[in-house]
Amino acid sequence: MDAFLLQILNGLDKGSAYALIALGLTLIFGTLGVVNFAHGALFMIGAFCAVTVQRILNLSFETLDLTQKDFLGNPLKIKTPYIESWFGQDIGAAIIDWSVPLAILFAIPIMVLIGFVMERGLIKHFYKREHADQILVTFGLAIVLQEVVKYFFGANPIQTPEPSALRGSVDLGMMIGFQVNEIVYPIWRLVYFFFSVTIIAGIFAFLQFTTFGMVVRAGMADRETVGLLGINIDRRFTIMFGVASAVAGLAGVMYGPLNPPNYHMGMDFLVLSFVVVVVGGMGSLPGAVLAGFMLGILESFASTTWATTTIPGINQIIIYLVAIIILLTRPRGLMGRKGVMED
Amino acid sequence: MLGLNKKDTTLLLVVAVLTLFAPFILNPFPTDSAMAQFNAGYPDLMQRFIIFGIFAIGFNILFGLTGYLSFGHAAFLGVGSYSAVWIFKLFTYNVIPAITLSVVIAAIFSLIIGFVSLRRSGIYFSILTLAFAQMSFALAYSVLSNPKFNLTNGETGLQVYADDPQWFHRDSLPDLPHLFGLSMNSTYTLDVGAWRFDFNAGYYLCAVILMIVFFLAIRIFRSPFGMMLRAVKSNQQRMNYTGLNTRPYTLAAFVISGMYAGLAGGLMAAMDPLAGAERMQWTASGEVVLMAILGGAGTLIGPVLGAGFIKYFENIFSKINDTVLHSWFSFLPDGIEDFMVFIVHPFIGKGWHLTLGLLFMLVVVFLPGGLVEGGQRIARLLKGKKKTPPSDGEDHHPKKPPHVAE
Repeated sequence: MDAFLLQILNGLDKGSAYALIALGLTLIFGTLGVVNFAHGALFMIGAFCAVTVQRILNLSFETLDLTQKDFLGNPLKIKTPYIESWFGQDIGAAIIDWSVPLAILFAIPIMVLIGFVMERGLIKHFYKREHADQILVTFGLAIVLQEVVKYFFGANPIQTPEPSALRGSVDLGMMIGFQVNEIVYPIWRLVYFFFSVTIIAGIFAFLQFTTFGMVVRAGMADRETVGLLGINIDRRFTIMFGVASAVAGLAGVMYGPLNPPNYHMGMDFLVLSFVVVVVGGMGSLPGAVLAGFMLGILESFASTTWATTTIPGINQIIIYLVAIIILLTRPRGLMGRKGVMED
Repeated sequence: MLGLNKKDTTLLLVVAVLTLFAPFILNPFPTDSAMAQFNAGYPDLMQRFIIFGIFAIGFNILFGLTGYLSFGHAAFLGVGSYSAVWIFKLFTYNVIPAITLSVVIAAIFSLIIGFVSLRRSGIYFSILTLAFAQMSFALAYSVLSNPKFNLTNGETGLQVYADDPQWFHRDSLPDLPHLFGLSMNSTYTLDVGAWRFDFNAGYYLCAVILMIVFFLAIRIFRSPFGMMLRAVKSNQQRMNYTGLNTRPYTLAAFVISGMYAGLAGGLMAAMDPLAGAERMQWTASGEVVLMAILGGAGTLIGPVLGAGFIKYFENIFSKINDTVLHSWFSFLPDGIEDFMVFIVHPFIGKGWHLTLGLLFMLVVVFLPGGLVEGGQRIARLLKGKKKTPPSDGEDHHPKKPPHVAE
């Protein structure tokens, strides 16, 4: 039982990332009808927003400390981040320590802006083209974004540590009545899970309970009619693109501490999150979230020693295997709507 | 000739001349001149042009004719490579059985994968093929290389070792892939003045095979079968309503293109007896999609052009470094020279992928028909004929069959 619970927990962090990316993809697909292969790149850019914030906060000036000598006998150079000199050492160090959560504030406007630019500058021209063309142009864009990031940040993974208060593990099992040390879980993974649940809930609430969301849902159901009612649906869809881009970016920001960001992390997630979207059913938001968590957890179950000794290699193919089975038995994925992407 | 009309015969002849004289055509600059780095006439690169050309022609038979976008074609290439290397390991270094087996195995593989994947269309088909290819990649990379059952040799890649049986190998034969004793590596070098031209046996084997498969592709494009595939692309629903089962046709196209990929994989192993799992990864599948689109999907010559274009620039761009750039811009004043080098720097060397991505976006945005359409537009401009392209807006008309080869 405890092993079972532990595997579910282990699947949650990856599942959360899948669910967030797939949610954004589905938002874009459901509203604009565009298959966005650059979505993984947005996730990656989000992660690099955190890297950028960390670097900005760590900008330092050097002072010479004449009382101490370094090993060459010269006066010791001491680096002081500007932040520390402005706000005092304690507050400054705390701000630097919390750079990843702080990056959220930085990432939201950046990602929304990138989303707007992408939609207005490029994707707008592809609404009437075939899906294959959309896939190809966004794929090209993904390569470009990836290479630009590589140019500025290099090819090596960059550490973006979580705040020290949230480092380490927590004994979850003890809280719900298991033995000590039976279910120990890293805190940041838990944070990531709750963060993604909050965002997912926020998106659903936004679509369900606001007028704006209502209009967007109406537009997803029947774009033409909404347009005929005198509503500028295009502008709302552009905003939704920005929102989807921000969701992917935030997923990336918070994922940094789990897995140091590198320039190709987007591509690695892209393929899987497309599988997730298709398994969930193109155009279905709950489907995307469900499939994201489901595949994440299945992947974690398949990685257990028991599974890999029974069927060698199952941990690497489980997602694809499940995708094939689901697509063949349920043509539209788990919760797909009729008539979406069937041409 | 050979059952082709005049235009196709010309096309075939052009391709034949281009491939046969490629060592000359691709080596326009004297060997020791500053421009020599733009020469592409060395065997290794020329072989890659041809092999990826074959791969792209095959992919185009599926994507260009039926519109089914497969994102897993590299799997067949990888399977072809593995089977060829196994022939080398077990039986002989002769390339004929190796290439034959790689085509057969790829055909079986694509029959199975195609049979399952073609039950869905659109993006579902793309994801299914992608899933199968990624599964093959993951399995080849890890599980199929365990000590008990080592089929792929995992990360190292499958290669021929000295203690392999090679039952039909004799000492008189070269210790490398060969064609009845003619080593694929043997190169005849011709020096003409400042120029040096390499004629490589492996390249010419590839070239002959390319001509054969290109001819087959023309015949498929012009046959009733090819017509049927185009009908599937323009409106599959209508085909179904007329009582026609399209599945056998699409499956046949899928298997044919899988065989082309297997052939390419076999040739790749024949040129360099090594097979690695990374050949099956989805980025490799993406590459062939890029080639077909960049050259012009649905046209005969387009994929070959696209393959040549990408492979050429990949090689040439990635070789250029800052020193070369400085020598190019040396005629400019120093400040401007440095500025130009600074501007161009991200796009060359390791940044070649950036150039590729940009180029690819530009092609998809402005030239949906690829290089072939670009060529046609230029030709039209030169002739001075102004033809307005037929408008394709009205949704209630069936879509016009997109750029089918003339």
